[in-house]
Amino acid sequence: MSNPPEDATLLEMQRRMLRIRRFDERASKMVKRGQIPGTVHTSIGQEAQVVGSCMALDVHDYMTGNHRSHGHPIGKGAPLGPLMAELVGKATGVCKGKGGSLHLADFAVGSLGESGIVGSSIPIATGAALSAKVLGNGRVALAFFGDGAANQGCLYEAMNMAGIWGLPVVFLCENNQYALSTPAHTVTSGVIADRAAGFGIAGVRVENGQDVLAVHDAVSTAVGRARRGEGPTLVEVVTYRFNEHSEGLRLGVDYRDAEEKKRWLELDPIVLFRAELSRRGVATDDELDALEQEVLAEVDEAVRFTDESPFPDPSVAFEDLYTDTLAGAQR
Amino acid sequence: MTVMSYLGAIGAAQREAMDADERVVIIGEDVEANVYGTTGGSGKSRAAEGDFLQRYGRNRIRNTPISEEVIVGAAAGAAMTGLRPIVDLSYSSFLYMAMDQFVNQVAKNRYMFGGQASMPVVFRSAMFYGLNTGAHHSDRPYPMFMNVPGLKVAVPASPADAKGLLRTAVDSDDPVLTFEACLLWGMKEEVPEEEYRIPFGVGRTVREGDDVTVVAISNAVVEAAAAADKLQAEGISVEVFDPRTLVPLDVEGIFASVRRTGRLVIADPAHRTCGAASEIAAIVAEHAFDSLTRPIVRVTTPDMQIPFSPALEKQMYPNRSSIEAAVRRVLDLPEPDLADSMARTESARLAPR
Repeated sequence: MSNPPEDATLLEMQRRMLRIRRFDERASKMVKRGQIPGTVHTSIGQEAQVVGSCMALDVHDYMTGNHRSHGHPIGKGAPLGPLMAELVGKATGVCKGKGGSLHLADFAVGSLGESGIVGSSIPIATGAALSAKVLGNGRVALAFFGDGAANQGCLYEAMNMAGIWGLPVVFLCENNQYALSTPAHTVTSGVIADRAAGFGIAGVRVENGQDVLAVHDAVSTAVGRARRGEGPTLVEVVTYRFNEHSEGLRLGVDYRDAEEKKRWLELDPIVLFRAELSRRGVATDDELDALEQEVLAEVDEAVRFTDESPFPDPSVAFEDLYTDTLAGAQR
Repeated sequence: MTVMSYLGAIGAAQREAMDADERVVIIGEDVEANVYGTTGGSGKSRAAEGDFLQRYGRNRIRNTPISEEVIVGAAAGAAMTGLRPIVDLSYSSFLYMAMDQFVNQVAKNRYMFGGQASMPVVFRSAMFYGLNTGAHHSDRPYPMFMNVPGLKVAVPASPADAKGLLRTAVDSDDPVLTFEACLLWGMKEEVPEEEYRIPFGVGRTVREGDDVTVVAISNAVVEAAAAADKLQAEGISVEVFDPRTLVPLDVEGIFASVRRTGRLVIADPAHRTCGAASEIAAIVAEHAFDSLTRPIVRVTTPDMQIPFSPALEKQMYPNRSSIEAAVRRVLDLPEPDLADSMARTESARLAPR
């Protein structure tokens, strides 16, 4: 067990979970209204798994993510305005409008980027851990990936490399139980967390991924192990996405059992943790209401910032390919 | 100056880069044991100074499992966070194992994150073509990577270039792929002992000439120079130009030569379709067409897989005979008896069906 978080940290967990929820609710609306081009994949329902993981890291620690992408930088503490502006494709977006929802990154908080290719960012986080080890700077890297990515070969190349080199990396499987419409148990042999044993590294399964403290505790243990030079850990967190795979997606087929869905919707991580905060006397109802209002105001402010921001000049499309202009400028 | 082999020059550049900057690390299969000859001192220096493992230790010499995808991806992640890795992927055919990492991560991360990432990483690989290693080890895949914006591509064709281009590659804050032809490994020449860098996008005139320009790539540079020397005896003046890097490409250098000679042959050991030669031909046709007095001729490997038997393989790549035949063709000179089957392949392609 790691040290229990202080009250301020507990409140910050709730704040970040609320930020993800309200940000994604707003983004979902904006997609449906045509205010966000393309689509987005929301983290609604998975906030405890995201925030419990991110807050086990220091601000200087590294993190990579996947297509379900907004929660990770928000969980790591990135400001909302440039993230929302990126979803809309504005010049003030965190990636200058070149990444969009699938490729959010905020290097200022150690977010090295979300990947639209399932599993593809796992080697990147492994490399960040390698640099931390070679440079001896004490940093840790965490790779978020889903149950779908757990069947990509690069995960096992990465776990093996991290194992032999004792890299300070946490492989964080966000098992929301469905790869789009495909139930994980129909395409996954055995238990994901158990696969760690084959590489001689630590593996742990958090059965209740809706409990932010359970996630935080497991990931903190993994991060501590990494920081002490004791090598990588595979953490599998069982959770559930409340929305469709992506916003606006209409499959016309109910691949999730109604009873199952109802059961999980009752396990809302934000509702559960609010009750826990009250039970512990960390905050009064009024204070928790005020927190919710503050977060709503933050999201409103992010949207206002986005609305007031210009779209990028078309010439910007031709910048940032290389660090110099020589190669990019050739005819 | 000292005489160095191509392979020795690469080793020297790696040693210089490792000495110059603690952030430089070497990652790859069999790098500890110096299997490919670029992570050890050569001859006496190895005995006196030790190999790379002894000099730099296991923290910076990273012997890897056979896992190209994570080798490439981890090098990219390390480059994004403060290291400057040199990755030895040994055979260039193995790059395909890591295609997702090359195309989706290495090439795109700086751009799609709006310039937040820089990617100072070098991926070295050797092209074993012409050495009877069969279809899985004989690839010349640089054109595929020219087609991926965000990567830089170097094709050194001499020991001096191999050393100077590799230092520039390590200095670059962008990802560089270098393709080294094994046929060049044993080539020796005078190489400056001191540190130097050869800028990317600046080609080298290997032979000066007035009648025809041969733009040649990798080992075809050696073959083109041999053809030029032979033709010189007949009073035919061939300019041989080695672009040295394909991304960026020294288009101005190519234009300048073509404007003087009015004729262009391109010798490229890659496959014909969408090869480096295709791109160079297109650029010249678009921008220097008025300078051309004859159609451009490409001498390439045909769109065929590489066979094993020496009796079959030898004919596949541009060589001095096929380059000579192409030069004669653009000069409207009688071509020699096309006993050489590379030239025969070319002629067959050009013949009406």
